[in-house]
Amino acid sequence: MSTTIAQTSLTAAAEKYEPVIGLEVHVQLNTATKIFCGCSTRFGAPANSQTCPVCLGLPGALPVLNREAVVKAVRASLALNCQINERSVFARKNYFYPDLPKGYQISQYDKPIAEHGWLEVDAKNGGTHKIGITRLHMEEDAGKNMHEGFADSHQFSYVDLNRAGVPLVEIVSEPDMRSPEEAYEYLTRLKEIMLYLGVSDCNMEEGSLRCDANVSVRLRGAEKFGTKAEIKNLNSFRYLQRALEYEIERQIGVLESGGRVVQETRLFNVSEGKTFPMRSKEQAHDYRYFPEPDLAPLIVSSAWRDELAATLPELPRQKRNRLMNEYGLTAYDADVLTVSQELADYFEAAAKGSKNPKAVANWIMGDLTAHMKATNTTLADTKVRPNQIAELAALIDEGAISGKMAKDVFAKMAESGEPPRSLVASMGLQQVSDPAALEKIIDEIMAANPKQLEQYRGGKTPLFAFFVGQVMKATKGQANPALVNDLLKAKLG
Amino acid sequence: MTDPAVLTIDSVRSAMRNKQTTAAALVERFYAFIDDADRQVNGYLTLCKERALAQAGKIDALVDQGAELPPLAGVPVAVKDVISTAGVRTTCGSRMLENYVPRYDATAVQRLEKAGAIILGKVNCDEFAMGSSNENSAYGPVRNPRALDRVPGGSSGGSAAVVAAGTAVVALGSDTGGSIRQPASFCGVVGLLPTYGRVSRFGLVAFASSLDHIGPFSRTVKDSAQLLQAIAGRDPLDSTSADVPVPDYVAALDQPIRGLRIGVPSDAFASGLDPRVEARVREAIEVFRRAGCEIVDISLPNNQYAIATYYIIATAEASANLARYDGVRYGFRNKDAATLAEMYRRTRDQGFGAEVKRRILLGTYVLSAGYYDAYYKQAQRARALLAADYRKAFQQVDVILTPTAPTPAFKLGEKTGNPLEMYLADIYTVTADLVGIPGISVPCGDADGLPVGVQLLGNYFAEARLLQLAHHFEQLRAQAPASAQA
Ligand SMILES: [Zn+2]
Repeated sequence: MSTTIAQTSLTAAAEKYEPVIGLEVHVQLNTATKIFCGCSTRFGAPANSQTCPVCLGLPGALPVLNREAVVKAVRASLALNCQINERSVFARKNYFYPDLPKGYQISQYDKPIAEHGWLEVDAKNGGTHKIGITRLHMEEDAGKNMHEGFADSHQFSYVDLNRAGVPLVEIVSEPDMRSPEEAYEYLTRLKEIMLYLGVSDCNMEEGSLRCDANVSVRLRGAEKFGTKAEIKNLNSFRYLQRALEYEIERQIGVLESGGRVVQETRLFNVSEGKTFPMRSKEQAHDYRYFPEPDLAPLIVSSAWRDELAATLPELPRQKRNRLMNEYGLTAYDADVLTVSQELADYFEAAAKGSKNPKAVANWIMGDLTAHMKATNTTLADTKVRPNQIAELAALIDEGAISGKMAKDVFAKMAESGEPPRSLVASMGLQQVSDPAALEKIIDEIMAANPKQLEQYRGGKTPLFAFFVGQVMKATKGQANPALVNDLLKAKLG
Repeated sequence: MTDPAVLTIDSVRSAMRNKQTTAAALVERFYAFIDDADRQVNGYLTLCKERALAQAGKIDALVDQGAELPPLAGVPVAVKDVISTAGVRTTCGSRMLENYVPRYDATAVQRLEKAGAIILGKVNCDEFAMGSSNENSAYGPVRNPRALDRVPGGSSGGSAAVVAAGTAVVALGSDTGGSIRQPASFCGVVGLLPTYGRVSRFGLVAFASSLDHIGPFSRTVKDSAQLLQAIAGRDPLDSTSADVPVPDYVAALDQPIRGLRIGVPSDAFASGLDPRVEARVREAIEVFRRAGCEIVDISLPNNQYAIATYYIIATAEASANLARYDGVRYGFRNKDAATLAEMYRRTRDQGFGAEVKRRILLGTYVLSAGYYDAYYKQAQRARALLAADYRKAFQQVDVILTPTAPTPAFKLGEKTGNPLEMYLADIYTVTADLVGIPGISVPCGDADGLPVGVQLLGNYFAEARLLQLAHHFEQLRAQAPASAQA
C-alpha cells in the first residue's frame, strides 16, 4: 500500500491517526519442574530427555498442579497490581498440532488466577502512564517442532517435548498503549518486574519471554477503536517496535487509500521487516474451551495471598523513586542503577557508607560499568567491592587524591581488588594538602619568578595559570588543586 | 483341584497358605482353562503369562518362607484393557492402540499386585469404554457366558464375562455411565462402582474424566469388598482422588441391616422396563423388607434429564480426551497422507470405530462456539440439580434401590443399528456417575435363564453400606433360592 502513496503525504496522514496497541506477553516461570509433572525444565537438554507419561500425553496419565508455579504466578500478579481470584479454574483449549501432546493445552479461560491490574510506564511528556492489565492466567507450554537438520527432514518433521508442560503465565494488557515506543517501554518494565521478582529469566532467545501484539489505528479524537490485527512472532524488543511501526503505517496506508483493515493474525517477517497475514486456515480456530475435569479449581486463600504479598521485593519503580529521594539521584541515574536488582543493591551497598552518593553513582555508571564491559565481567565476579567505591569517592572528597589520580587508582583496584587507600600509598599518589608545605613551595616559586610576579601584579591575570602549573610541576602533580588555588590567590594578592 | 469357577479370594488365599497348590500351578491351571473356555467368550485380548508367573513366584516364595500372605495372595485377576499395564499391550478395544504398550502401571494395577494379586491378562471392552454391549470392540464382541448368542453388556463386557465364566476370580472394570453395573447384571456377577475419587484414575485411559471410575467385578460381594479394599485410597498422582480414610469393608459385611431405610424412586418401574426384570426387582425389595429394612418411596424429580445430561458431558470430555490419538507419537498412523492435516484425518478416520467417532463429533458439537451455553453449560446445571436431588434423598434413606438395567442381556446385533435405544440401556446407571455416588449391582434372579441384577446406590463414600446390604441379600437369596428363582 505504502508504495502507492508518496512518503510525504503518508507522514502527514500519520499525524491524523492514533495507534492503539495491546500486548499479550507469555512469561515462562523458572520453576525447577514442569507445571503438571515432575520433569525438569532445564533448557538445552537432549530432545525428549525431560519427559514422562504426563507431559508426553500418554493415555491414562493425569496432571498434578505444581505449587511453586502457583506461588510464582501469584507473586507476578501482585507485582502487577492485579486482584487475585480466590477460585480460578483450569480449562482445556482444544486444537491439533504435533507439538501439543494431548490435543489440548491446559490453560485458564473465564476464571483466570488474576485480573484488573496495571503497570506504570514513563510517558513521553514526562509523567507516568498506567497501562491496564486485563488478566494474568496460568498455562502449560507446548513442545517444539523441528523441521530442519535431520537426514530425512525433506520428508519428516520431529518433535521435542522437553518444553511441553513448562509453566507459563500469559499477561494480557488493555489496549492502552498509543505508540510503538510505549509498547517497547511496557515490555521493558514488565520484564524488569519479572526479573526483580525472580519468577522468570525472561530470556527472549530461549523463548522464556514471548510477545504478541494487537494493533489498530483510529482517527485522532475518535472514540471507537479501529479493526485490529494480531501480530505474532515478535522475538525481540526491537522486532516488536519495528513490527508495530510497519503495521501502523500499513493500516494507515490501507485506510488512506480508501480500503478497510481486515481483522486477522499476521506474522512479522524479520528479514523483510514486514508483517504478512497467516493462512486463513491457521486462524479459523474454535478452541472449544471447557473446564479441565482432571484438576480441581485452584484456591488461593486471602491468607496465602497475603503471605505471598509479604515476599514481594521492592519493585523497580518504587526503588527508583526511593533512590532519588534518599540519595538525591537524578531520574536518569536512578533509572540506570535500577536496571537490575543486583546493580541497585550494589549501588546501595556503596552509597550507604558514603557521604557522596552522587559520586558513588557516577563511579558505578562510569568506570565500573566500562570496566565490566571491557573485561566481559559481571557484578558477581568483579573484584571491586561496593565499599571500595565509597572509599575512592571519599579519598577525593577528603582532598587526598585528585579526580585524575582516582581514575588510575580505580584501574589498579579493578585489576587487583586492593583497597584504594593502600593503593594510593603504594602508588605514591598521596595528594599534597598540607598548607604549610604548599606555602613554602609557593614562596620558592615566587622568589624564582620575579618577572612573572611583577607582570601578574601589573594586571596580567592569565598568568595565574602559570603559577598553578609551576606548583603542580614542583609537586609532581600531587598538590591539592583547590588548595593551591586558594593559597596562590592569597599570596599573589 | 477345584473348579476355577467357584474360587473366591479367601479360598485361593487359604489354598496357598495350606499349600494345597502353588500360585504358579494355579496360574498354569487358569491359562489352560482360558485356552479352552475363552475361545467362545472372547474375553481376553492379551495374556501376560510372564508377568503372572513372576508374581506367582513371589507369592510362592512368601509361602515357602512361612511369611504372612498379603490380602489377595495368588488371586488371578483380569484387567479391563483401558487400564494401563507397564510392558503389557493396552488396546482400549481400539485399532488406534493395537500395538500400544504402556511404560507405566495404573495405580490400581500397582496396588493389586502389591496386595498379592496375579494379573492374568487384559480383557475385552467396547472401544475406549464407549458402549453398552461390548459390540464396539475392534477385536470382536464378547459373548455372554450365560447365553453365548447374547451380549455381556458393556463397556466392561470382558471383565464381567471372564468372572462369570470363571476364567478369572475377580476383575477390574471401569464405569462411566454404567459400564461396570450393567454388564454385571447381564452376566450374573457382582459389580461395584465406587464413589468418584475413591479409586485413583491414574492409568485409566480417559473416556470422560469427570465420570470415569475403576471398580471391581466378582462372583461374591465379599470378593468385591476385598478387591476395593486393595485399590481404594488417595493417590497423589490423581488430583481428583479423595483424601478420605478407607474403612474396613469386610468388617462391615456382617453388620445387621434391620432398620436400614431403602428408598425406591417413583420412576424405578417406569415404562420400558422388562416385566421379568420388574418382577425380580420387586422380589428383591421383599427380601429386604422381610429382613427388617424399611422401604421408603422417594422422588428424584430431575432423573428424567440424566441420559441427555450424561451424553452431553461424557461426549464433550471424550472429544478432548481422545484428541491425543493423532498418529504423531504412538498408536496407529496412516502412512500414506501427504500433509499433516490429511495424516490427522485419515489416522482418526481409520483408527477409530463408528461409535467413538459418533461421540467425538457429538462432543465437539456441544462445545462449539454458539452451542456451548445451550448444551454443555445447561448439562452442568442439570448435573448440579441431580446431585441436589440425591443429597436430599440421602437425608431420608440409607440407600436407593432400582433395577440395574431395563432388560436382561439382549441378542448380539439386536441394538447395533439403533444407538439411541442402546443409550437407554444405561437409564438406571448413568445418574450415579453424574452425581459421583457409589453403586453396586448384585444378582437377584433370572429371567428365562438370563441373569437379572438389582442396583443399590449409596451416599458419597458409603461403599461399606452398599456392600453390607448386598452381602446380606446374597446370603438371604442363597438360603431361599426358590423364592428368588420364581
Ligand atoms: Zn513430565
